[in-house]
Amino acid sequence: MDWEALIVSYLLGFVLLNILLVLMAYMTWFERRLVAFFQDRIGPNRTGPFGLLQPIADGVKLISKEDIVPANADRLIFLVAPLLSFVLAPLGALVVPFGDSITLFGRQINLYVIDINVATLYFLAVGSMGVYGIILGGYASGNRYSLLGALRSTAQVISYELVLGLSLVGIFILTGSLSLVEILRAQQRTLILGGLELPNWFILSQPLAFVLFLIAAVAETNRAPFDLPEAETELIAGYFTEYSGFRFSFYFLAEYINMIVVSLIAATLFLGGIDGPFIDGIWWLVAKAFIFLFFYVWLRATLPRFRYDQLMGLAWKVLLPLALINIGVTGLVRLWGIGAL
Amino acid sequence: MSLASYAVIGLLLITATIMGTTLLLVGRFVRPSRPTPAKLQPYESGVPDVNPPRARFTPRFYLVALLFVIFDVEAIFLYPWAVAFDALALYGYVQAALFVGLLLVGLLYEWKKGALEWV
Repeated sequence: MDWEALIVSYLLGFVLLNILLVLMAYMTWFERRLVAFFQDRIGPNRTGPFGLLQPIADGVKLISKEDIVPANADRLIFLVAPLLSFVLAPLGALVVPFGDSITLFGRQINLYVIDINVATLYFLAVGSMGVYGIILGGYASGNRYSLLGALRSTAQVISYELVLGLSLVGIFILTGSLSLVEILRAQQRTLILGGLELPNWFILSQPLAFVLFLIAAVAETNRAPFDLPEAETELIAGYFTEYSGFRFSFYFLAEYINMIVVSLIAATLFLGGIDGPFIDGIWWLVAKAFIFLFFYVWLRATLPRFRYDQLMGLAWKVLLPLALINIGVTGLVRLWGIGAL
Repeated sequence: MSLASYAVIGLLLITATIMGTTLLLVGRFVRPSRPTPAKLQPYESGVPDVNPPRARFTPRFYLVALLFVIFDVEAIFLYPWAVAFDALALYGYVQAALFVGLLLVGLLYEWKKGALEWV
């Protein structure tokens, strides 16, 4: 085994983990400011310049708050569940390629943590494992609202998980690989369409899959308008009603890290990742992921919450058949393309 | 490299767990702990909670879980097919179409039976 390569990719992963934590803290600031502007308010602007120290103040406050464990909670599971959500959230980002390799201290260093041949499947698996934190937390709280929130969340996440997984099959047909590095490489070629030279981004060849992925990703991260598991007006915050202090914040950390990870993955899968005009590089990936993050906040500020039957109906009756149709059509076009039809 | 990649995932999983636990343990020295019987009651908008906390819930959640298992297995079977698409060509396409078609008939049946209605 190549110990040096292992250590290098571990260190890269560790740095990525910490960057995600900082980004997540500033994502809360970004969201609050942006939602405030959408609603004609100012938002947090007192703590530091432009309120930039607000996330730190929030962290200090949350860590010094009492950690209440309700009397009829299932104590051990109650204590561990938020940690589970938090630990699993950033792992999906490990397979995102951040660029080509660079040479540092005379060593070739790849700008991705790991490149496994089942990268996309791994991302989906880790993403759906986060639901364990939610269902265990909701069940262990010993509160009916929490239990209902947890059940809703599970049903929602597994339904949209299907759409998420099936929407990507078209891309796999086109690239013949599940590895994100390979998928990125396929998108760095040019696509000639009616004399126009376009980048071979999958948003152009798989537009329906892109829309399906976007909807499913928002539902998968439990964000508005699919935030039924925590619907304040019906369930008083759902699965984390009974949580307080830092354990409560772990669920929030997980949610925001999930948003960032999904944005990075979506940018890599559909928008060509680091590929862009002028010089390819990590800045294009960041810019594209930022568009998705803005989109998340924009959705939250604009759309009202779905009703539960609408939510499940949308997944099973609209998105799932559409995803299957997309696979069928993509397959036909590909067959024609390789001359097998 | 592949096995080493999974080792990296495992190591980072452990690292993240340690980071999370440390954060919680640090808080232990800072935060107060003054539980009172009223504070430890489950939240019920201010009225005493009389119902059992782990209430019964609608069986539709089970139905969703069953449907999910079927279609998730379908998705996982489609992945290798998609990766080997060019090699399998028309033969593989027809096979996959038959497979998905069978499951679609099942979905349509459930749809008509009202299993997908939530009310």
